[in-house]
Amino acid sequence: MMRRALFVLALLGAALPAAAGEIAPSERRSGYDFMSSDTKAMQDDDTANPGMLSVLDGDTLWNTKAGAANKSCSDCHGDVSVSMKGATARYPAFNATSATPIDLGQRVNLCRTQHQEAAPLAPESSELLALTALIAKQSRGMPIIAGDDARLATSIARGRELFFQREGQLNIACSNCHDDNADRHLAGSAITQGQPTGYPIYRLEWQGMGSLQRRIRGCMTGVRAQAFDFDAADMIALELYLMSRAHGMKMDAPAVRP
Amino acid sequence: MMPSASRLIAMIIAALPAATVAQTLAPYAISGDGIPDSLTGQPGDATRGLALVLARSSTCILCHSGPFPEARFQGDLAPTLAGAGSRSTPAQLRLRLVDASSINPETIMPSYYRIDGFARVGSAWRDKPILSAEQIEDIVAYLASLRE
Ligand code: HEC
Ligand code: HEC
Repeated sequence: MMRRALFVLALLGAALPAAAGEIAPSERRSGYDFMSSDTKAMQDDDTANPGMLSVLDGDTLWNTKAGAANKSCSDCHGDVSVSMKGATARYPAFNATSATPIDLGQRVNLCRTQHQEAAPLAPESSELLALTALIAKQSRGMPIIAGDDARLATSIARGRELFFQREGQLNIACSNCHDDNADRHLAGSAITQGQPTGYPIYRLEWQGMGSLQRRIRGCMTGVRAQAFDFDAADMIALELYLMSRAHGMKMDAPAVRP
Repeated sequence: MMPSASRLIAMIIAALPAATVAQTLAPYAISGDGIPDSLTGQPGDATRGLALVLARSSTCILCHSGPFPEARFQGDLAPTLAGAGSRSTPAQLRLRLVDASSINPETIMPSYYRIDGFARVGSAWRDKPILSAEQIEDIVAYLASLRE
């Protein structure tokens, strides 16, 4: 009897899909870990990492006066390596004025419009990517702490719901690939855990820089879903969930990704 | 002579594919764990079926590998298609393609001949099945030929 039951249990176990469910904190790995040694070397060497060109542009913009107020970022914030240390590891963060979370790009644009009295920078513009790359670099090696603020709880929960919701004509959820099938291959490419540690990134396939929002939109289009608009509340909620899911992981921006 | 603007617009509209109109699916009957009858009433063409399986737009080899070494990038999210025709009957293969979720609700394999029950489908793909009835039949004919 007993042996019979055990046998049935073993059969059932064998029939279960492999590795369904969320990734244990100790098992989390950055996209860096999945890369070839060549791509890792490119990211590790600042003279070879194309993302550093964007950081350099960001440094120029940081010190350039702009807008009707004729102020530069440094006029208010001083040395970026001091004032922005750890900032990216905290974003998306709660913005009291709008009572919503905002991501780093939106924070930069609030400074543009409110303090510099200049027009906001367009999503994915080289200027916005440059400034966020410069700021993100100041969090290199620091643990992600975004999401600690209790006021973010509803947005994180919304992001989590979206992460697990199947969508698009292919009817596949983020979690189906990045929780359940990380380490496998979608056609030629390795599927990673979708950790947001390195944004903005230089992506070899794009031959250019891109934000986490651009990456997420790419995945949404991949499953033939209507991608969220840049800066939409649901987009920020997904970014926030990804960051809270990566809580404690070390930032490695600006990263290189295949 | 230039046709009038309104005539031009009428001509353009007439030339548009019916894509903007929701497509109706051919009716089919599930019997047991399969769909016994061809969706088109005709047998499919296995050679076209192979080409379809390999085509990126069909998405099969994003997840599956199979007995086609010429395809460079094959996925490993799903079992190999090699021997699919020995493991399943054409009726079972047809239902698997039409709506794999009716066999296994948890599956990640898309439903290739279904248009409802999806969230946020992009406008380019809305109200259309991933594959046409004819394409499904071609793929069924190809898969049925994969024996081991
Ligand atoms: C069908 C599979 C699939 C689905 C579904 C999917 N992705 Fe991805 N995703 C990929 C692949 C492949 C890549 C590129 C390789 C990698 O980094 O995983 C990627 C990359 C990413 C990355 C970059 C990771 C890094 O190291 O830079 C993030 C973040 C991400 N996806 C988030 C998401 C989110 C959020 C969703 C849902 C809206 C989603 N993905 C849905 C396959 C998928
Ligand atoms: C996003 C992933 C994915 C895609 C795309 C996909 N499949 Fe599948 N398929 C699976 C998985 C996973 C299984 C395993 C059984 C299950 O989950 O229901 C499967 C099972 C099968 C089986 C049964 C295999 C057997 O012998 O038991 C066949 C046949 C099949 N798929 C054919 C196809 C064809 C043909 C296409 C393209 C038109 C396709 N699949 C696209 C994921 C996928």
